Amino acid sequence: MLRLENISFEVENEKEILKDVNLTIEKGKFIAITGPNGGGKSTLARIISGVLKPTKGKITFYGEDITDLSITERAQRGISFGFQQPVRFKGITVHDLVNIAKGEDLSVMEASHYLSEVGLCAKDYINRELNDGLSGGEIKRIEIATIIARNTKLSIFDEPEAGIDLWSFNHLIDIFMKMHQSKENSIVIISHQERILDVADEIIAMVDGAIVKRGAKESVLPELLHCEDPKNCLNCHDILEA
Amino acid sequence: MNDIAKKLLKEVSGLDEMPKGAYNIRENSKSVARQSSENIEIVSKEDKSGIDIIVKPDTKSENVFIPALVSCSGVHDLVYNDFFIGENADITIIAGCGVSTGDSCDGSEHNGIHRFFLGKNSKVRYVEKHIGEGTGTGKRVIDPVTEVIQEEGSYMEMETTQIKGVDSTRRFTTAKLKDGAKLVIKEKLMTHGEQFAESKFEVDMDGEDSSVNLISRSVARDYSRQTFISKINGNTRCMGHSECDAIIMDHGVVSAIPEITANSLDATLIHEAAIGKIAGDQMIKLMTLGLTEGEAEAKIIDGFLN
Repeated sequence: MLRLENISFEVENEKEILKDVNLTIEKGKFIAITGPNGGGKSTLARIISGVLKPTKGKITFYGEDITDLSITERAQRGISFGFQQPVRFKGITVHDLVNIAKGEDLSVMEASHYLSEVGLCAKDYINRELNDGLSGGEIKRIEIATIIARNTKLSIFDEPEAGIDLWSFNHLIDIFMKMHQSKENSIVIISHQERILDVADEIIAMVDGAIVKRGAKESVLPELLHCEDPKNCLNCHDILEA
Repeated sequence: MNDIAKKLLKEVSGLDEMPKGAYNIRENSKSVARQSSENIEIVSKEDKSGIDIIVKPDTKSENVFIPALVSCSGVHDLVYNDFFIGENADITIIAGCGVSTGDSCDGSEHNGIHRFFLGKNSKVRYVEKHIGEGTGTGKRVIDPVTEVIQEEGSYMEMETTQIKGVDSTRRFTTAKLKDGAKLVIKEKLMTHGEQFAESKFEVDMDGEDSSVNLISRSVARDYSRQTFISKINGNTRCMGHSECDAIIMDHGVVSAIPEITANSLDATLIHEAAIGKIAGDQMIKLMTLGLTEGEAEAKIIDGFLN
């Protein structure tokens, strides 16, 4: 479905952020990308969604070369991207944003459905502006609601757990599992959270701009953490949670 | 009323036909339609062009429409309108001005001098929309002057909107607030081409627990220029806030000039101003939802000025 071939990304006078990354994501898969900060995970997500252009390499999506396509064109072909730090807008309401995401004017009841999916009481939020009056957790859940509303072939989430409280986090896992019931659509989540890694089909570990390991959790985490038993290792647990 | 005037009337006040209740419609410097209601009396001034709008005490939930239309070029309209709002009244005033110069190279202008006298515990919502139309080079000018005097416990909310077609505007608003009086002003402005707009406010909070909240949102496109001047004087225990938020595009220029003066230890005054282009992240976010760059920009501007 999605294929990245020899993708590199470097910024002038700085180190290479992505180094010759090759990656294939099949239809219906739930992939978690993890690894230490600065490893290139967010850059990879931004390159897939078109926010950044790779300096080398090729990206194909359902057989089409999308390397030179714009953000809009990729979105229209079925790629969604949930920001790590959702953007705020003065004057644009939650209802407006859900309408934009869905690509049609939804009734209050229809739009409210997507807010309920992310655990927000719709009547309290539907007419709120997406401004500084919303907390980090609230705006993050709205961000996720817009991705659910789009219901695209590929949904990428950059650290969806960041800024979300524990209660909401439990709900978040349910949301991803529900999305994963579709065998047509794929999910890619960048995360450090062990419980997200637990529910993914596969884990990709990125270190220093390269994919160092891909596979089931049991095989990836020991290599990433240089530990034979990360499941029962308190140190590993702390690293993951951090 | 000709078709141009009817179109302007619809755009500035939303009216397709004569409304119920009190109204005065002014076209090309003359009153062309007028009606008073049981509680709201509209009478011509005797010494100059304009009207007095007299609202009886305790009038509730009534609207009064007072649109002014300039439907041809070469008109220089000057009007004095005074509003006397009785104690405990609660009304909405729908004002607004439309200036059309057609394809003429002659300009037209409308200058409305409005004075509001709000009685004790009265409440007024004032909605005003300014538009300009025409394909010729004639300049469309609207220079409104507004003076507000608020007695104890009164509340005034002004919503002013100028989105297109007015080449030059100099707006000057002054207010004096007595004990417990509250004034809220929401201004929305978009300029384009080589337009110029200046909005100047001068508010004196003379009464204890009075408050003012000035909110200006504006967009300056092309080579247009805007100046926002807010002068708030806190003369006793009171609360003042002004906020100027502006988006600049192309070669647009915006100046925000705040002046807040606390003449009392108990005055709390705040001014906020933010001027900048559309944030890149906002564009990217909407594009990841499938909008083109142009569509994303339009959504952001529409929302901002909503």
